[in-house]
Parts: sequence; structure tokens; C-alpha cells
Amino acid sequence: MTANGWFQIGLYLLVLFLITKPIGIFLSRVFERQKTFLDFVLRPVERLIYRLCGVDENKEMRWQEYGATMLIFSAVSLILLYLFERLQLWMPWNPQRLANVAPDLAWNTAVSFTTNTNWQAYTPETTMSYLTQMAGLAYHNFASAAVGIALAIAVIRGVSRHASKTIGNFWVDLTRCFLWVLLPVCLVGSLVLVSEGVVQTLKPYTTAQLVEPQTVETQGPDGKAASQTVTRQVIAVGPTASQEVIKMFGTNGGGFFYANSAHPYENPTPFTNFFEMILIFAIPSGLTYTLGRMTKSQGHGWAVWGAMTALFLVGVTAAYWAEARGNPELAGVDQRASALHSGGNMEGKEVRFGIANSALFATVTTDASCGAVNSMHDSYTPLGGMVPLVNIMLGEVIFGGVGSGLYGILVFVILAVFIAGLMVGRTPEYLGKKIEAFDVKMAMLSVLISSLTILVFAAIAVVAKFGTSSISNPGPHGLSQILYAYTSSVGNNGSAFGGLNANTLWYNTSTAIAMLLGRFFVVIPILAIAGNLARKKMTPASLGTFPVTGPLFTILLICTILIVGALTFFPALSLGPILEHLLMLSGKAF
Amino acid sequence: MDRASQVKSKALTDTRILKTAIVDSFRKLNPRTMIKNPVMFVVEVGALLTSIQLVRDTLHHSGEFGFGLQITLWLWFTVLFANFAEAMAEGRGKAQAETLRKARAETEARRLRPDGCTEVVPSSKLRSGDHVLVAVGEFVPGDGEVVEGVASVDESAITGESAPVIRESGGDRSAVTGGTRVLSDEIRVRITSNPGETFLDRMISLVEGASRQKTPNEIALNILLAGLTIIFLLAVVTLQPFAVYSGAPQTIFVLVSLLVCLIPTTIGGLLSAIGIAGMDRLIQRNVIAMSGRAVEASGDVDVLLLDKTGTITLGNRQATSFHACPSVTEVELASAAQLASFADETPEGRSIVVLAKEKYGLRGRELAPHNPMFIPFSAQTRMSGVDMDGQEIRKGAPEAIDKYVAEKGQVVPAEIKQIVREIANGGGTPLLVTQNRHVLGAIALTDIVKGGMRERFEHLRAMGIRTMMITGDNPLTAAAIARQAGVDDFLAEAKPEDKMALIKREQAKGKLVAMTGDGTNDAPALAQADVGVAMNTGTQAAKEAGNMVDLDSNPTKLIEIVEIGKQLLITRGALTTFSVANDVAKYFAIIPAMFAAAFPQLEVLNVMRLSTPESAILSAVIFNALIIIALIPLALRGVRYRPVGAAALLRQNLLVYGLGGVVAPFLGIKLIDMAITYLHLARGRIL
Repeated sequence: MTANGWFQIGLYLLVLFLITKPIGIFLSRVFERQKTFLDFVLRPVERLIYRLCGVDENKEMRWQEYGATMLIFSAVSLILLYLFERLQLWMPWNPQRLANVAPDLAWNTAVSFTTNTNWQAYTPETTMSYLTQMAGLAYHNFASAAVGIALAIAVIRGVSRHASKTIGNFWVDLTRCFLWVLLPVCLVGSLVLVSEGVVQTLKPYTTAQLVEPQTVETQGPDGKAASQTVTRQVIAVGPTASQEVIKMFGTNGGGFFYANSAHPYENPTPFTNFFEMILIFAIPSGLTYTLGRMTKSQGHGWAVWGAMTALFLVGVTAAYWAEARGNPELAGVDQRASALHSGGNMEGKEVRFGIANSALFATVTTDASCGAVNSMHDSYTPLGGMVPLVNIMLGEVIFGGVGSGLYGILVFVILAVFIAGLMVGRTPEYLGKKIEAFDVKMAMLSVLISSLTILVFAAIAVVAKFGTSSISNPGPHGLSQILYAYTSSVGNNGSAFGGLNANTLWYNTSTAIAMLLGRFFVVIPILAIAGNLARKKMTPASLGTFPVTGPLFTILLICTILIVGALTFFPALSLGPILEHLLMLSGKAF
Repeated sequence: MDRASQVKSKALTDTRILKTAIVDSFRKLNPRTMIKNPVMFVVEVGALLTSIQLVRDTLHHSGEFGFGLQITLWLWFTVLFANFAEAMAEGRGKAQAETLRKARAETEARRLRPDGCTEVVPSSKLRSGDHVLVAVGEFVPGDGEVVEGVASVDESAITGESAPVIRESGGDRSAVTGGTRVLSDEIRVRITSNPGETFLDRMISLVEGASRQKTPNEIALNILLAGLTIIFLLAVVTLQPFAVYSGAPQTIFVLVSLLVCLIPTTIGGLLSAIGIAGMDRLIQRNVIAMSGRAVEASGDVDVLLLDKTGTITLGNRQATSFHACPSVTEVELASAAQLASFADETPEGRSIVVLAKEKYGLRGRELAPHNPMFIPFSAQTRMSGVDMDGQEIRKGAPEAIDKYVAEKGQVVPAEIKQIVREIANGGGTPLLVTQNRHVLGAIALTDIVKGGMRERFEHLRAMGIRTMMITGDNPLTAAAIARQAGVDDFLAEAKPEDKMALIKREQAKGKLVAMTGDGTNDAPALAQADVGVAMNTGTQAAKEAGNMVDLDSNPTKLIEIVEIGKQLLITRGALTTFSVANDVAKYFAIIPAMFAAAFPQLEVLNVMRLSTPESAILSAVIFNALIIIALIPLALRGVRYRPVGAAALLRQNLLVYGLGGVVAPFLGIKLIDMAITYLHLARGRIL
């Protein structure tokens, strides 16, 4: 670990802290329909959209209606994307004449992008046409992010309102999120990326003549080994920059290229790397401020932010430490950082990012349910690779996905308040609302669905042939690969551990189910809590009220996340990465 | 209180309660009873599974019998210990209620037959609706209402208060309690409860298992515990495939042990005991709750409505000044007032004697030669006094005196009427003194705020509870007393319907309101309040409307009730936190032990350095069972409650029960492991 590395991590945290308040204020102004500096352009557009769609912007919805509308919207979007993929060969903007996507893969991908997961069981540059990428995938990057943010805002309304039956209008929240939040930032952001060298074109792939022809081993048509000399290289290009910004800003993570943010056309410079990481955390971090502002308890917003930041720092420290330490198996190899190289475990990492920025990126992308990668998590040391895995297992609440991180952590807030709230001698209250049987039931249901889905699918996969045949390394590392796949699906993260061949019927089907459960079955109970809280009376705070602000609450929240969220997975982890790490120390690698 | 505290100290060691509790803990193994407690039900099923496996292993001569047997036994113990905790709480509650019931001596009653004659029956034969006559010196045979007559009643057996009280038909002072004694006159009482239906009987049924209803917070907590149980069940069930994949499959003993250690058995086993114990603590303070919900709500109270008289001020006003007529000296007035009060044993009467003595040096005089005839206070005349040497000295309320002097064509002088008004406006109560039906002057009785009230209100404020004084006084007087007592707010010139409106107003703001009351016109407000404590001396209507009855009829007790409610909730929260925090250590005991054979490298996770895998698992299971027993006293006694702000309370309890919950099992499991190793109870490895 180097001072420079720590400086970059510290700078990241500082910038994140500085943007949290302005973003939070802007978001609350947008969704509380107060004046913003963009109104003069966007208000007419917004009104036009409502007139065209027949939406009454002043009619509010109960939580059931809000949830149902969201589900219908998502279902229609999902089917549209499926059709784009299945019919791309006959549609425009397919200069490479890429074939229609196979049904199971198309289904998996449609689910993946609708649920803001962006799990990619395919290689984009050889599978998806420009049209599918732009109108299908990029659209979903916007839509799924907007849905997540709208849901979070609805949940915050549920917490902040009292004696109210409704929690907002889904169409209005969705539209305002598109117009005021996502589009302006992406417009500016993609120009920034283009200026740094990210490609943006509709032209076909270009071909380069190799300076030095390469000979590679391949299989001949008769199945025998043959050698082939390669003299030309096809370089994939496309409308990347426009998709790159929303991929980060909407915590989607689905790369335009297979190499994702490790690809120089997606993430060419240290500046774009920093910019992209800031984009990932911008909204999730800002939403904590919005929470404080809308509930009129700014201290609570910061307490939640504090818990997220503390867990983030633990993760980044652990990952940085584990990777900078290098691989003990490589005795005699110089793994110390020096002026000439970054040292540590550089396998699967880009030289232009080095250890610190790879560890930071890996932590950020898995804390937020983004899933973009600038290094290959599969090649991390066992403990370094456990950090992303644990980050996702905690429920994607360390900042988390746009919107989903906030409503996810509110479940833990409610559980923390319920478990420890009694200790102040009152029945548990959250910001003046009594937490009762229904709220606890829904919160537990939400937690239960995620752990159930991860554990059950992983348990089936590790004992069944169709599950184990996809893993590339035996032993504990294989267990990690499978665990990671389902954890990433349920957490709607979408990053892959790599190594696992996920494009099989079993994995395409099971991860798709896991993604749907992890997104919609988790959020419906939370919406129910929001609707129920909105209905309740609010008790004004007094000296006897359970404090949901301050460092004590932050610590309590962290402990709840760790104990309720992580203990469930401890047995599985101990047989996966922990065991692999210990075996590595005793000289055994996988 | 003394009687109750004896019960308390006896109950923990009472062998009779212990014996019953032990028998009950086996009886409660019935799955139909167990299913009400999902956490312990899972433990019971687990114990059953290992028992079956144990039998199969024995038949096939496979497995490690000693280890399997010990695990199985300790799993059964876990269930039994939890049952025992509940049975102990029930036993103590019943014992306390019975002690109270015995205090009501079995008496004979003179029941009125329809034909108007009376018959003598034992009090236990009385039914609701029966009418009985109770004369001087007789005991009231059961709870009821005076339907005819006025009497002074000695209620000291129930309340401990020696001063007799007036009970009369109609109005707010018509309720009489079984076991109290009539001191004057004869009354006709309509019995209002059947044997077995008294408030005490209802309370006992709340303590007993069968009819016990779970409170809303208990239900919510049970959902949380059930949810955690399901999550851990999943974690353990799916662990087996992972273990199989890793080439280290586990036996049923180990898997069940892991499961039982992870699910929140500590709080699951003690939850109902905590609730029952909360009721017990109320009984110890002579308060009877009509529902567990009421006890829980009392912890949540935001506003306390306190009647001024008897709660904030001493029920009895005291003489503070004499105001003589222009033609009379103050000494003459004081002397006459003292004479009129010699035989008056009420606190007001005594305070007049004392004031005359202190102010004018008037000491006890030898009255016998004057052949005095004392006229005691009676409910009809509302006067008392003395006849001696042909002088007729009386003192009484202005209206009563007005009537009394008017009989002889006299009137109360205008100056005195003015003084009476002034005393009343200043928050005092005026009394007039007459000699031979001539008004000598007035005595001012004023409110004395009880000692220590200011501090108690400060404590309440620190807990975040607002106190509000309700009084019929005018706003000026009310403000003066409110300031003196240190309450947060007051409602002056309150009529009963104002109280109701106030409660609704506070509730609309989302606050929970507690109040005490005794009159029939308090009944609607008592019913509306979230916690309504009816005085035992109050009317039947009031007692029915409230959700608690205070046998001591002490309105200040509301503060203690709030504290008991808070204590109950804190105990629940503390043990839940403790139980969940325990899991960390248990993982570190069991996980390395499970896979030690296949992967010796995992030994580094064995941070406690437990001697062998078998011993590690056994120690965790034993700790898990013993901690239930160890925490029974805490569950029954309750976590101590200090009136400090929520933040300080949370910090302290998190430190003790949260951090303590993480650390304690590390120490406990290590100690048990050392004992097991010393006794050679476990072998080297698990097959």
C-alpha cells in the first residue's frame, strides 16, 4: 500500500462527501416538485409527456397502485427488450449482421437489464447490435435506474408523511427522474468522456493490420490442434460514451464491451476512472441527504451516510490490503510497489489503474449494485475477492444501487430500531412512527427473500452436475464462483466473478429468476412498509424518543447489517474464500 | 407494600413454586403448546430429530454414542429450561395474586331476600346483583356499590390508609371493596361481581398460560424471532450441500447443534416470562392490569394527566391562616377553632389545632370539667364542633355554615364573605367558625405540594414524558400550584368533559396519554386514555372503564406504573440484543469444529482455542442452554431502569447487552470447554 494510493482513496471520499449535499437537495427539490434551474426547459416537456400519456400529475397513488404500476411498466419494458434481442437481425443499425439472440440468453439479458442488474452472460461486441445496445440496453439503463430512484423516493415519502394514504405518483416520479436527473447528467457526462477518448460512433468495427503477426494455437476443423497466424485485428467500436455514463450513473454496470470498464474505449484514463467511480456513488450518496431533508431529520440522513461510508472504508481497506500484499505463492517475485511498478497482485488488473484504483473500483462497484468492473474479481487474492462478495451479500446497502440502496438500508434501519429500540423503554419507533407487527413482517420477508434465493440456488448448483460443470476452478474457488453468481444476481449487482460459464440453460434461467426475486419481491414488501408508515400518526420527538441520529445509531446500524446480513452467509463463506485463503497460505492454489 | 415485598422475596426460592414449575416445564413439552413459541418449537423438533438419530445409531452400532447422547440431552434441556422460565413466572404471579386474594377474609354476609328479610350466607356464595346489608363493625362481603345510605368505611386492609372514607349511594363515592369494614351507619350494597370474576381473578388469568394473550409488541417481536429462525434454518440446511461439495458432509447432531445455537433461543425462551414478570411487578405494587397491552402502553406514555388533589398536593389541605371578623380578635377565633377541632381526627382538623398552638401558643386545655360534648363530622351536616358550658362551637364549609346560622336568622357578615372569596381565589379552601351561631371568622386551608414531586417530574421530563395537572381551581391558583410543583402544564377549571377533550387532542398529535380517575364522570376519559388507572375506591363504572386498578388508590402510582412498563420493554429489548449478539461467538466455536477434520487450516478460526471439535460444539450447545437459566432472574426482575434520556439509556444498554452479548459467550464457551476437557466428556474428533 502506498501513500499515493491512500491519497487517491481519500480524494475520492472527499469529493463524494462534497457532492452529497447538493445532489441531495436537488433530488428532493425535483421530487417534491419545487422550483429548479432546469424548469424553464423541462416543465413544458414534462407537461407535454403527461398530456400525451394521459397522466394526471396531481393524482397520487396508494402503495399498492404505485407498486402495480411499477410492475406493469417494468414488465412491458422487459418484453420490449426481449423482442429487440430476438429480432435484431432484421432491424436497422446492425452493421456486423449479428444474429438474433438465443431465447434463454435473450430472456436472461432482458431480465438482467430490467432489474438494474446488468448481469452479462454474453459478449456484447459479438452478440448485440447497435440498435439493441442503444434502444434496448441503454434505454433500460435509464428506465431501471429511474424506477429504482422513484421507488426510493416513494419509500422516503412513506417515512416522512403521516396520516396519508398515498405515497406519490409513479409516472410523475419516473418522468421527473428521466428529465431532471438522468438525462442532463448523461448529456454532460458523455461529452466529458468523449473528450477523454471514449468512442462514440455508429460506424462498423474497424480492422487493424498487426505490426507483428501472431501465431496462436487453435483447433482445426478435424478437431486436431493446429496453429494459425493472425495478421489482422478487428477493433470493436460503437456508441459507447452515451451508454457509459448511464451505466455508471444509474449503477447498471452492463458494459458496452465484454471487458467492461477495463476496456480502454470505455475507461481510457485515470481521470475517466475517477469520474466513473464518482458517478456510481453520486445518486446513492445524495439520496441519504434527500432522506434527511424530506424527513426533516438531517442528522438521520448523515447517520445513514456514516454507516454506509464506514462499511465502504472497511471494504476498500481490506481489498487494497489484500491485493497490495500480493500472492505468497509467488515467492521470489518482486511484488513490492516501486517507482517502476505498482507491485501486489496485478493478475487481472489494468496497468493504468494499478492496485489502489482497482481495489477502490471493485469496492465501489460492488457496494453500489453497479457491477461495472475495471479489473477481474476472479483473479483477486481469496480475501481481496471476498470483499466484493461480502459487499453484495450485505444486501447492496453500502450506498447500493440508485434508489435500491436507500430503500434496502431502510429495512435494516427498521430492524435496528426494532431490535434495539425497546432498550430505551418504549415500543420501537422510527422517526415518530411505531414499528409494529406488519412492518416487522415485511422487513423480515424482504431480508428472507434475498438470503433464501442466494442460498437455495447456490446449494442446488453445487451438488448438481449442471451447476458444477460451469465452474472453471475446483475446490473452494468454484464454490466462490457459484456463490458470487447468485449473490450478484439477487443483489442486482451484475458483476461477475468471472471463470464461471454462465451462458447455460440452467444459469440463464436460474439467475434470471434470482434477479427478478432480488428486485421485485424484495421491493414490494418495502413499498408495503412505506404505505403502512405513511398511514400512521407521528409522535413528536421527545427526550425519551429513540435517537436515529448520531454515531451511536450509526454503529448500531452497522452491527445490524453485519449480524443480520452477514452471519447468514458466514458458513458458506468459510467454505469458500476463507478456506481458499487459508489453503493458499499453506501452499495450495486453485 | 410490605406484604407484597415479602411475597417477592419469598417467590424466587419458594420450593412449592419451584416444584410446580418443574412439573409444568415437562407438561409444556406438548407440541401443541410449544408451537405458540416458534423458536423453541424448532429446538424441540431438533431435539426430536437427534433423539431418533441416536436410536438409529445405537441399533446400527454406528456414530459416537457419547457425543450424540450429550447433544441430544442438552437440546432437550434447552427446551425444558425455556419452559421452566415461563412456568416460574406464572407460578410467582399466581402466588402473588393468591396472597392478595387471601387478604380478603372469608366473611358472612346478610343477604336481602326478595321478601325483604335477611339471611346469613358466606360471602363466597354471593352473586352479582345480590343486595346485602352491612352495619357498623361488619365487613363488606364483596366488591359492590352502595345503593342506600351513607357510611364511613375503614379501607386500611386494602389501601393501608388509616383514615376512614365516606361511602354513599349515588355519585362517585359509591363503590365498596370486599374486606373493608364499616365504621358508622348502615349501608345497603349491591354486589357487582361473581365469585371468580373479580379484578384479581381476571389478573390471574392474564398470568396463566391458557388465556394469556400476546401483546402487540410481543407479536411483532415473535415475527422477528420467527424470521431470524427461518433465515438460520436456511443457512444450516443449505450448508449441508456446500459441505458435501467441499467433501466434508455433516452429521445431524452437528447440524442441529449449529441451528439451535444460531436461532435466538435466549430471547425466545424468556419472552413470555418477561411479559408475565411485568404483570407480577404490578401486582407487587398492588396494581391490577386488565391486559398485557396496558402494561406495554404504559411504557410508551408521552403525557401524564394528574389530578391535582391527592396526586400532586397532599389530599388534605392544611390550615395556614385565621381571618377574624372585625369584632373578634384572632386569638379568640383561633381558640374557638381549636376547641371545635380537638375531636376532629382528620388531617385538616389536626392542622387547625397545630396552627392555633404554633401561632398563638394555645395548648391543649383541660376540657373535662367543662363537660364537653363533641359533635363529630357527619356526611349530612358537613360540620363538626363541640358543645360545652352552653356554648355551641362549630366549624364547617361556608355553605353548610350559611345554612346552619340561617336557621337562627343569622347571616354571614359581608366582610367574611369577601374573605371567603379571597381565600378561594388564592387557591385555598375556606372554613367558617361559629360560636352560638355567630360567625367568628374564617380559617384558610391551602394545598401543600407533596414532598419530592418536583424531582419526580424532573425525572419524567428526562424520560421525555410531559406532566399535566388537572384541577377544578381557577387558572391563577392552578398556575401557582403548577409552578410550585414543577409540572409542565395545567388545565384549570377542568370539567370532566374537558379532560376527555384534552386526551383526544393529545392523541390526535400522536401522543399516548395516561391518567387516573375514580368518578363515574371520569369513566369516558379513563376509557379514552391509553393507560387509564382507576382507583380502587372509585366507582364501578370507573373501574370498568380503565385498564388498570390501583388497590392502594394512590394516584401518584401512575409514575411507578410507567416505570414498570418501561422496564418491561427494556428487558425485552436487552435480551433480544443479547441473544442476537451471541451468535458471533457461536459461529467461531462451531464452524471451525465442523470442518476441522476435512480442512485443518480452518483451525485459525478457532479463536477461543477450544480443545477438540466435539468439545467445541458441545460447549456451544451447553452455553446456549445454560444462558437461559442464568438469565431467568434478570427476566423476572427486569433490567434496572434509570430515568435518563433515551440516548444515554441506549448507550448504556447497548454497551451492557450488545457488547456484553458479543463478549460473554466467548468467555462462557471457553470455560465450559475447559470443564468438559477436565471431565473427559468429549473425544478428539467427530465421525
